[in-house]
Amino acid sequence: MFYSLKRLAFTIPLMLLISFLAFELLHVAPGGPFDKERAPASPEIKRVLEAKFHLNESIGKQYLRYLGLLWEKTPDGKWRRVDGGLIAGDFGPSMKYRNHTVNDIISQGLPVSMALGALAFCFAVGLGIPLGVFAAIRKGDWQDYAVSLLALLAICIPALVIGPMLIMHFAIQWRWFPVALWGSVWHAVLPTLTLGLYFAGKISRLMREGMLTTLHAEFITTARAKGLSETAVMLKHALRLAVLPVVSYSGPLLADLLTGSFVVENIFQIPGIGVFLVNGTLNRDYTMVVGLVVLYALLLLGLNLVVDLAYSLLDPRVRYE
Amino acid sequence: MSFGLLEITDRVDGVDQLSGPQFLPAKQILWLLAVVAILASAGCTHPQPGADLVIINGAEPESLDPAVLTGEADGRVALELFAGLTRYDPSDARPIPDLAESWDLTADGKVYTFHLRTNLVWSTGEPITADDFVYSWLRVLNRSNAAEYAGQLFYLKNGEAYNAGQIKDPSQVGVMALDHHTLRVELIHPTAFFLDLCTYVTLRIVPRQAIERNGDRWLMIQPVPCSGPYELAAWRVNDRIRLRKNPRYWDAANTKSEIVDLLPCTSANTALNLYETGVADVVWDKNLVPVELLDVLLKRPDFHSFSYLGTYFIRFNVTRKPFGDPRVRQALALVIDKRRIVEKITKGGERAASSYTPPWIHGYSPPDGLGFDPELARKLLAQGGFPDGKGFPSFEYLCDTTSRLHEQIAIELQDMWRRELGLHARIRKLEWKTYLRAQGELDYDLSRSSWIGDYNDPNTFLDMFMSNNGNNRTGWSEARYDALVRDANAQVDHEQRARLLQQAEILLVREEAPIVPLYYYAGLEYYDTNRIKGIFPNVLSQNPIRSIYKVSAQPRASNPKSEGSAARETHFADGQLTTDN
Repeated sequence: MFYSLKRLAFTIPLMLLISFLAFELLHVAPGGPFDKERAPASPEIKRVLEAKFHLNESIGKQYLRYLGLLWEKTPDGKWRRVDGGLIAGDFGPSMKYRNHTVNDIISQGLPVSMALGALAFCFAVGLGIPLGVFAAIRKGDWQDYAVSLLALLAICIPALVIGPMLIMHFAIQWRWFPVALWGSVWHAVLPTLTLGLYFAGKISRLMREGMLTTLHAEFITTARAKGLSETAVMLKHALRLAVLPVVSYSGPLLADLLTGSFVVENIFQIPGIGVFLVNGTLNRDYTMVVGLVVLYALLLLGLNLVVDLAYSLLDPRVRYE
Repeated sequence: MSFGLLEITDRVDGVDQLSGPQFLPAKQILWLLAVVAILASAGCTHPQPGADLVIINGAEPESLDPAVLTGEADGRVALELFAGLTRYDPSDARPIPDLAESWDLTADGKVYTFHLRTNLVWSTGEPITADDFVYSWLRVLNRSNAAEYAGQLFYLKNGEAYNAGQIKDPSQVGVMALDHHTLRVELIHPTAFFLDLCTYVTLRIVPRQAIERNGDRWLMIQPVPCSGPYELAAWRVNDRIRLRKNPRYWDAANTKSEIVDLLPCTSANTALNLYETGVADVVWDKNLVPVELLDVLLKRPDFHSFSYLGTYFIRFNVTRKPFGDPRVRQALALVIDKRRIVEKITKGGERAASSYTPPWIHGYSPPDGLGFDPELARKLLAQGGFPDGKGFPSFEYLCDTTSRLHEQIAIELQDMWRRELGLHARIRKLEWKTYLRAQGELDYDLSRSSWIGDYNDPNTFLDMFMSNNGNNRTGWSEARYDALVRDANAQVDHEQRARLLQQAEILLVREEAPIVPLYYYAGLEYYDTNRIKGIFPNVLSQNPIRSIYKVSAQPRASNPKSEGSAARETHFADGQLTTDN
């Protein structure tokens, strides 16, 4: 418990640092959100527009305003905190999508990205673990080599290639699944495969190694010696320890799932938030990009914490104080 | 549970409400797996109610607010939601009566009196009156709203002064409601294209009460009162916009499709795939055709290429030596083989341009600009002080990275200048926003450029090169040009006006040549004319959705297996039908 609190306390300075860097770096890039191919009717209009989004202020002031830590003097001479800001959970208005706030866009896109990530995670774990175990049991057999080869292929071929190939065959040639978009279980199949294959490959490799190491451990010999069936030895004793490398990989895995979903969302035209991070940068949509960076950072820190806690549950040797 | 999958809710619930669980930090991964599996299986089975028509519309709209939006894809949607005095004729995009039934124009061409129909109501039931126009137009002009397209109303008396804050009293602006159904509009000059402007999206009427109540998010809070043939049923960013027929629109009887889905898409390959598999009925953004497949696709009967009101051109930065000399600019222009560019690179039915204004513009025939004449070019370059290109500094050609086309054209130009004149051009590729900033700050020698006309009149092309115009971006300032354009726009007589504009354009593309037009755009739309009716390609690429419908519209199923239109053959090898990215 104390450990979790300590970890949570640590996130605050980290988030400040991350958001500050994102904010500064984005503002340093040339061009702004309101530079367009067509100039506004007068230069004055652009100035008003920039003032509306406070782009005319110093970067420091803008950053404080973004955080919600800016106090301004009201006409009656009192100092008052400017409403909104990150501390109030308000990511501000989007500078590109002018009818939406960043909160609107996140609340629409995040569940979709999450669903895709979760499905790919299930797929990767659901395929990777059994295959890894299978390969470990058949170590040295042709089955072991076949699984290893497939895993290697899955790791080596990027989503950029797998996605279009899956579309070509399953969506266009055979018409089993939709070519793009999101909306039904059918739409989720190809993106899940595209995103999950790489991780399934990695997990099966990790699982195989974990299993092989564990099977040589003394407590397995003991378990066999006391007459347990081979299935019970595998499932009740070996698996629990062998899965640890996979669990500790889950942290980076979840991070990779999030970043990997940028590409997959693009290939399949999925309305998640990955697309907004990439396009937001190109559009200089400052609030959107900083908001998403903060969100991703929070997610990653949170997920890592969950993974660490899960680790302690599985491995009796690990306890956090 | 909807689990974040697409779900278009009933209008009372909000435009884009989405119910879905947050990521549950389960204690064990196995738990997580179980939860996810259950949710996924439960959430994915929502059948999506079908639309009568599905259109791929291009980029996700930045806004649907007529006073805010600037993009073409944005405009196409907003035009359906918000009506104006006039609307586009589906067949040729000329203005025809919409909310205004008729109008009178005084003999000096400066005062319009519009007579509104008497049966007009918003989609929410309130009456539409002339005051709605006054409100909506002043809203565009009000400086604090920072409407980038406020210039469309600078033709009104005191419009520009009100926008600049020199006049504070809105009643001095030349738009006034004489009574509920009569609108008086006073212009500075007789403005030949004023009815075209009335049709344009910026001048459409918006609901005052909803805007005053809900501020910038007024389009996100249902119900959005709409004045046009459709109302906004749902808007999920990057997913889809759903339009539902507005039964209270005065001409609702002629709105052909009940429910229309507009999909945002910027990948040409994905758009083509969606079309080929029967998910989308119409694709109508010119960027949504894979360039690599143009040769094949253009031969198909469902691909429709048409002349479009846009020009691809090169800007010279005349403030930089040696491009301040018109002879040098002419020389560089004269060695460009424009035919080669449209035949070898763009290949989409574009036409080599001689003038800046496309020849298919309404009521105007543009003058001939500079052709292909390397002999003359070398002579002019020598006169400019660079015989055989000797002593000519190496220079930069600026282009952006939004399309590979720009670089291919740049390489071609680079080669033409080297071969014919012995000049050395470097290509400077910049990411879009950086490129815009460089062009705006005149931080370039030559820059690739393009312009799409807003309305069907030469002014939309020619006024931008007046000295004080923010879109000039060449540093070229020519008093004769300014005077000609200004004079022309003060004429009541159309022929006299056209003559003056021609003289101005001669300065622009021949005598002074601060720009070199390369080609006129071709638009490209694809839809099967046997199934989709009511689309008529036109120079503005304005296809009112209200007149489009699918023949024997059948309910669409969400299961792709039933959608897989086996009837429609894929006309080329599968290997070509992949997505990019």
